[in-house]
Amino acid sequence: MLERLTPFLWLLFSAGGTVAALLFPAHLLLTGLAFPLGWLEPPSHEVLLTLLRHPLTRLYVLALISLPLFHGAHRFRYTLYDGLQLKHLTALIAALCYGAALAGTALAAQALWSIPG
Amino acid sequence: MPETVTLSVTRYRPEQEGEPVFQEYEVPFRKDWVVLDALNHIKDRLDGSLSFRWSCRMGVCGSCGMKVNGEPKLTCAAFLSSHLPGPIRVEPLDYFAVVRDLVVDLTDFLHKLKKVKPWLVRRHEKEVAEGEYRQTPDELDAYKPWSMCINCMLCYSACPIYGLEPGFIGPAAIALAQRYNHDSRDQGAAERLEILSGHDGLWQCTFVGECSKVCPKNVDPAGAIQQYKLAAAAHWFKTLLPWSAK
Amino acid sequence: MSSAARYTPYHPRWHRRRVSVWWWLEKGSYTVFVLRELTSVAVAFFAVVTLGLVRAVAAGPEAYQRFLARLGTPLFLSLHVVAFLFVLFHAITWFNLAPKAMVVRIKGKRVPDAIVAGLNYGAWLVLSGAVAFFLLRG
Repeated sequence: MLERLTPFLWLLFSAGGTVAALLFPAHLLLTGLAFPLGWLEPPSHEVLLTLLRHPLTRLYVLALISLPLFHGAHRFRYTLYDGLQLKHLTALIAALCYGAALAGTALAAQALWSIPG
Repeated sequence: MPETVTLSVTRYRPEQEGEPVFQEYEVPFRKDWVVLDALNHIKDRLDGSLSFRWSCRMGVCGSCGMKVNGEPKLTCAAFLSSHLPGPIRVEPLDYFAVVRDLVVDLTDFLHKLKKVKPWLVRRHEKEVAEGEYRQTPDELDAYKPWSMCINCMLCYSACPIYGLEPGFIGPAAIALAQRYNHDSRDQGAAERLEILSGHDGLWQCTFVGECSKVCPKNVDPAGAIQQYKLAAAAHWFKTLLPWSAK
Repeated sequence: MSSAARYTPYHPRWHRRRVSVWWWLEKGSYTVFVLRELTSVAVAFFAVVTLGLVRAVAAGPEAYQRFLARLGTPLFLSLHVVAFLFVLFHAITWFNLAPKAMVVRIKGKRVPDAIVAGLNYGAWLVLSGAVAFFLLRG
């Protein structure tokens, strides 16, 4: 069954890789380094809430979290499989990787749509 | 420039030893010699028992693929001068069973090649009276690089996935499938899709890219595979649509 | 193939080398490939950080401030430095390889790889600017 989903999983991997490549460097540089190190002023809670009230922003953030999670899950699954030659655990690895990505997606959606407005 | 150079060549004689061993030979160094010339010198003058495949000695037949200093190369295109100083290591191609010395068994590849139907598939043949199948230069360009494959197997030897997953259909077979898929005269894309997108198809490829790097004919099998992944995924997507014919 | 073969003097034993679990250390390009694949860990890591950020924002201003403070700890700062390098490596290899997978044809002629890659880099610049704009305008 997992095999029939392979083209779809590859599409998710590609979409996630593109999102991560185009958007993560900027987001990471700001959120992970510039803001915490004080190089730049982080946005206030109010500003972020205002941004997130837009349905488009919610979709953007959902894609920003979910697609790279699936990208990472897919690539990591193949790395474990090929790199460590864990063929006998293939179903378990797939379940853990994609399951984690699904869980992350669900948590993101829940948080995003819990914001009033 | 040295007078001689040492070649360290894999010997595997199953009637004598259980494991391959290296044997060193000192061959004359000539500026215009390739590794194949050195091997032929060994066979003609030094050790007639050395076994290896070769044919055209000019890079079009694909017979003389071996590993030179760890890299898959056509030995007729690998100059001794590029591999100085010695000893130059000559080994059989990776990931194939070694029959003897530098000779490997290619049955697996031939079997996989046949699976992808590397010929023009027509649902309907034109009558002779209707004339030829005509093709513009642009239509030729669409598949020409992939038609340059000489079945030398260097790409299989470079592909770690082929080593880890013997069922993987492999770079050359997929490139050749694409050569026909993109030929405007061909109507067999749907038939090949089942083979390529199914079990033991191309989805084990993780775009390492080594296959295209070692290809002596610039076929770019890695590109062929990634393009096919996109096409297969698009096709999969279309089968989801309720109005599509599956 | 050869596992079922019966070896005779006329069909001697073929030799199959077992692929070592350290195959990816045997060649430089293989090692670079595995590093590229391991960028998936950094990508997943930052996706989870973003998830945490969103949940903190949704939970309220104090949760958000605590999250920002957490990001400022030496542990997270060093994780982010490493993650940033890996994410950059992912982006660069992704854009350089994109033209191989997505062949663009204009009027039958293939658009050169360098242009397709260049367009990707251009989009990267524009989008990064947009992200900075939205997050910095206050």
